[in-house]
Amino acid sequence: MSVIETAPAFDLPGVDGRNHSLEEYADAPVLVLVQSCNHCPYVLAWEGRIDALQREYADRGVRIVAINSNNAAAYPADSFDAMVTHARDADYSFDYLSDESQAIAKALGAERTPEAYVFDEDRKLVYHGAVDDNRDEKDVTQRYLRDAIDAALAGALPPIADTPAVGCTVKWRS
Amino acid sequence: MKIEFLYWEGCPSHPEALALLREVLGERGISDAVELREVLTHEEAVELAFPGSPTIRIDGRDVDPPGAEWPPGLSCRVYRLSDGRASPVPSRQQLEEALS
Repeated sequence: MSVIETAPAFDLPGVDGRNHSLEEYADAPVLVLVQSCNHCPYVLAWEGRIDALQREYADRGVRIVAINSNNAAAYPADSFDAMVTHARDADYSFDYLSDESQAIAKALGAERTPEAYVFDEDRKLVYHGAVDDNRDEKDVTQRYLRDAIDAALAGALPPIADTPAVGCTVKWRS
Repeated sequence: MKIEFLYWEGCPSHPEALALLREVLGERGISDAVELREVLTHEEAVELAFPGSPTIRIDGRDVDPPGAEWPPGLSCRVYRLSDGRASPVPSRQQLEEALS
């Protein structure tokens, strides 16, 4: 299981031009934070599934929030401007926030992109890890994130609480 | 035939790509050695024009020429498959075409 137990406080700029805080999502029965970025091929492979989950579960109040903490000075493809463009081009249905200081990535103990964290109504961590078990959607057999969301909505613990996130490394400032 | 396989340990895709490359080489009866080169620093990435991991060159030509135009750096490389999907490894088709 990830090192954190509860959702970290945050107040970060989003690609929609305004800041978003943990408190803003207080009404959501399930909050999912996804460590993400623009340039990683693993993110590109999974982002459509993440977006589909947000669209499918929106009417049940589930909120998915992607956070990019990568060092944009070293990786310009992950700059805030590039985030805005990427979110628009990919038609993200979820909020996409910039964690320039990398404080949230550190608080989450994030290592990879994409890496998902599911918090229940009390904002306790109930799942951490991969979206599912295969980069290629047609070969998926285990839908970890979906199962965790379903469990959290039902007030239960997911069958699998922790999996290794597969993806690019978070690009830390040196 | 000169077959170069450049990779960065920070990206987890290189074992899969190397296995696929060796499989395709085997199917074609190509026994030339694959020259492995680990890229360790950003400076090395610039020097080698390394646009991400893994990068595969056959006789100096990248197996995905458009992707070779990306700025050099230590990151995972994005390959575009024929159906438009992004992948961290080249497709079998890309490798086969590069070897023909």
